[in-house]
Amino acid sequence: MGSQVGWGTSKEFTDIVKAIGEAKSKAEEERIVTAEIETLKKKIAEPDVPRKKMKEYIIRLVYVEMLGHDASFGYIHAVKMTHDDNLLLKKTGYLAVTLFLNEDHDLIILIVNTIQKDLRSDNYLVCCAALTAVCKLINEETIPAVLPQVVDLLQHPKELVKKKAVMALHRFYQRAPHTVSHLLPKFEKSVCDADPSVTSAALCALFDLITADPRPYKNMTGAFVNILKQVAERRLPKPYDYHGTPAPFIQIKLLKILALLGAGDKPMSDNMYNVLGDVIKKNDTHTNIGHAILYEAICTITSIYPHPKLLETAAEITSRFLKDNNHNLKYMGIDALGRVIKINPEFAEEHQLAVIDCLEDPDDTLKRKTLDLLYKMTRSSNVEVIVDRMIGYMRTINDSHNKTEIASRIIELAERFAPSNQWFIQTMNQVFELAGDLVPTKVAHDLMRLIAEGAGEEDEDADSQLRSSAVESYLQVLAEPKLPSILLQVICWVLGEYGIADGTYSAFDIIAKLCDVIEAHPADDAVKGYAVTAITKICAFEISAGKRVQLLPEYRAVVDELAASHSTDLQQRAYELMTFLDLPADVVATVMPMDASCEDIEIDKSLSFLSEIVETALANGARPYAPEHERMDLGGLGTLIPSTQNGPSSSLKFEAYERPVIPTPVLTPVQPTPLINEFEDQRDRRSLRTPHPSHSISIAPELDLINPESTRLRLDGVQRKWGRQTYSTQSSTTSADRDRSSNGAAGASDRGGSYAKDSGASQYESSRSTDRRKPVEISSEKQKLAASLFGGPSGSRVANTGNAVKPSRTAAHKSQVPRGGEKHQSSRSVPGSGRIADSDTSVPSSAPVPQAPPPDLLDLTDGETGHAAPLNDPFKLLEGLVDPQVGSSSATSAPPVKADVDLMSLYGPGQVISSGDGGSQPSGLTDMSGLPVSPLIGLTGVVVPNTQPGGPSVGKKGPSPQGSLQKDATARQAGVTPTVVNPDLFKDLLG
Amino acid sequence: MTIHFVLLISRQGKVRLTKWYSPYTQKERTKVIRELSGVILSRGPKLCNFVEWRGLKVIYKRYASLYFCMCIDADDNELETLEIIHHFVEILDRYFGNVCELDLIFNFHKAYYILDEVLIAGELQESSKKSVARVIAAQDTLIENAKEQAGSLSNMIAQATK
Repeated sequence: MGSQVGWGTSKEFTDIVKAIGEAKSKAEEERIVTAEIETLKKKIAEPDVPRKKMKEYIIRLVYVEMLGHDASFGYIHAVKMTHDDNLLLKKTGYLAVTLFLNEDHDLIILIVNTIQKDLRSDNYLVCCAALTAVCKLINEETIPAVLPQVVDLLQHPKELVKKKAVMALHRFYQRAPHTVSHLLPKFEKSVCDADPSVTSAALCALFDLITADPRPYKNMTGAFVNILKQVAERRLPKPYDYHGTPAPFIQIKLLKILALLGAGDKPMSDNMYNVLGDVIKKNDTHTNIGHAILYEAICTITSIYPHPKLLETAAEITSRFLKDNNHNLKYMGIDALGRVIKINPEFAEEHQLAVIDCLEDPDDTLKRKTLDLLYKMTRSSNVEVIVDRMIGYMRTINDSHNKTEIASRIIELAERFAPSNQWFIQTMNQVFELAGDLVPTKVAHDLMRLIAEGAGEEDEDADSQLRSSAVESYLQVLAEPKLPSILLQVICWVLGEYGIADGTYSAFDIIAKLCDVIEAHPADDAVKGYAVTAITKICAFEISAGKRVQLLPEYRAVVDELAASHSTDLQQRAYELMTFLDLPADVVATVMPMDASCEDIEIDKSLSFLSEIVETALANGARPYAPEHERMDLGGLGTLIPSTQNGPSSSLKFEAYERPVIPTPVLTPVQPTPLINEFEDQRDRRSLRTPHPSHSISIAPELDLINPESTRLRLDGVQRKWGRQTYSTQSSTTSADRDRSSNGAAGASDRGGSYAKDSGASQYESSRSTDRRKPVEISSEKQKLAASLFGGPSGSRVANTGNAVKPSRTAAHKSQVPRGGEKHQSSRSVPGSGRIADSDTSVPSSAPVPQAPPPDLLDLTDGETGHAAPLNDPFKLLEGLVDPQVGSSSATSAPPVKADVDLMSLYGPGQVISSGDGGSQPSGLTDMSGLPVSPLIGLTGVVVPNTQPGGPSVGKKGPSPQGSLQKDATARQAGVTPTVVNPDLFKDLLG
Repeated sequence: MTIHFVLLISRQGKVRLTKWYSPYTQKERTKVIRELSGVILSRGPKLCNFVEWRGLKVIYKRYASLYFCMCIDADDNELETLEIIHHFVEILDRYFGNVCELDLIFNFHKAYYILDEVLIAGELQESSKKSVARVIAAQDTLIENAKEQAGSLSNMIAQATK
């Protein structure tokens, strides 16, 4: 009979529990618990609390903690209670500490000693209590303290203790595998224990071990099969039966282990077929636990080397699950179906109606599971229907975790299988609208790139049509009240680039819209930045078309406000815009050519246009530029070069500083005070930009030359307190320069839509796409839906399955054209060219070359070929800007280029003071050239040069980003697309 | 197979028992409970007993006014977990004799002891109801003995001081 009042609890406590139980509201409950905490705090602190009373307090603490309140003030008393000799009190203490403390709590150390003692106790109940605590509380540091005792307990006469000892060892393995690596054979021994509970505990541990690495355990397959056989034949003691099923939990564990051991291993799998058949036969009951075993058996059958007969059985069970009325079984059936069709894709068709039932079921869990299944079987033939479903589902959920997941899946499917660019853009817009800022920024950049590059074929008409429709749709979208920042950024960019391209809208309209955006989002700097740059572009296009552009006063006010913004980025953009308005048309046309986002930027990496300045400076007595290694030899101004991240060593220096020398025309020693040196040096840097002779060469410089990437603290940018590096200012100046120059270039590439998108394979055909929408619209009819989901079934198959599935129109004309691997980010035309200063040296840009549809959508090599002649690679060229070696050569040798006199005159000599270092100077220039785009990148943090997925350029720089991309692609294939495992998968579904 | 936590929630959303096998801070715990009770309590009776949640799965089953929930990894066997819940309930039932919510409210520490015999560190440790019952009984006897001893001791003292 249920005792309503627990033992050892006072009336007081019972009353509180009752009061909480009867509390009408959460607030009332809170109030009672808070009062209880106060009482306990007082009582527990009283001196000489009787032990029995203390036990009650601790139980009350447990209760309080369970209800979600903090009872940490009483933890120490619980710890004390574990020291008690009375088992009852000890157990209470252990219970409390296991509930209170996590393994990394400070108090654990106070318990270890007690645990050690208790593990050696004669009373097996004490041992058990201690072992339970061990499993919860012992962390990596304290494992060695209790390990010997736990190992001893493996021999304990009581199987109860043995079992717990095995589980404790298992726990140790999970926490810190190396601590018990020498004890792993113990698990194998324990599996053969006479007591099933010990066996079962050992199986848990072995399952973990085999998951980590199945190879060493292959020879145990026979043993596992044997155990499973015995279990299935009811050889275990009766108490282990559960609802008439012999030891089901052990069976399931064994099935899991067999699945791991037999995966892709025919000889091993051969041993299992018989026992699997037996298990299925014997469990063909209608109990829940029987179903659990059957499901596990399906998992095993589908992961080991396939056996036709067993697969048939698995398929049979799956269909039974799917047809069952019980939702749990349906759910399991959907999961099992996903596994079975990996091996045998034809199987899906038979169950399409069941699947669609599940998809339309009101049960959210079931719906999600079904979407998972569909996600796994998405092909280009059914992507529209499936994505449509997923978007529909996304509308219904609020949970951001789910949303992020679904959004990323939709994006992935859309990128892989999109039938047309039009569709892709529409889909992306929907995703942005629904998931908003949960979408990674890269997706937005991909979208911009796609719009910029169009289909990548000669069909310019189609491209401009695409852009017009994008502009059209975005203008509509803008009317909606609340839009996520990322979508607004895309919209602004597209409007700026193509808003007036087809002449439908006047510059005035677009500028008005963009100003509205700026005003509607006062807090979002990124959006404002995009918008003002877009306005700049529109104005520039107008000016270069020979029109006179005058901003309306209200718009002018908006820009003025931005020019006074706190954000320097916005300021710069605003000033750029204002500068543009006053420039002559030819200059504007050079700086900001129309529709040139896909052009490559030509970078004069020799910086030849600076030669004149350099020569003047040299004539005036400046030192010639010394390349990095020479400067290193002189004593390490290594941090001048941003590319060497670690800089020279900053170890303590014990010798006195040498007197610094100043590289002004006449070398005059300066006062040796370090502080002054710094200032002096800074001034030098600013005015002369010549390498500074070092203070000291006392520390072997070759150390750094040999091992510049060694694992030291990264100190660049940090002021050097000791050692040779007293020039914090140097590094800051140079890094600022670098930032500026990279900003300029990156800004330019942003202008170009950041990433070249390889969309070669997809075609844009508006008629086709409208045609394609039809099946979706009438998809309320399940069978049509089925047809579109499961591909265009051939007539014979329709007859076979008896489902009146009409051949879908979609599948018929949907050639299986995967989008040429966007995934691998082959940026074949690196964007933004033709805007850089050296317009007269720029080669004809490598326009996107039409590309035959690659046969494999993730085939890396295909996407890479024929694009981006390394010469035109802006990142490579950009390196020239920061790479002093190249810079030096320019400073000394390259012939002057008289390009862009206009531009130079704008920013001209006022900024360019005498210079010997080509590397840092041109920042102003690059900023200029990047001016139309401006360094938004710095703001959004998106287009940082080294994160640019410029395929070839990346390939040049890193150790092997190419390889990692490839790996990524492989992982994708393996993880997501089942096609690799079985290339023939779904071939019938493709129609 | 790992169980991350066990939750017992009443139909009104009151917490009756919690056991955390993976580390969660007190704040996270409250959040988890709030989030899950919102999801689970609002589900209809005929739907499946699983909820996908933060990349994990929560398996729940309702017994009278009490929901038993267990959180497992995404690749674990849901039906098996459902049976583990049932196994636990059967043991409780056997121990308390026709267990009801009140038994668990007032004897939550006993429920903890039983749970500790069924699950250790998130793994099912004992699938035999009999042996769990035996251990718990042994502990209870011990406690009874202790009580008797204490009782007789106090009697003796009482008599001696008379």
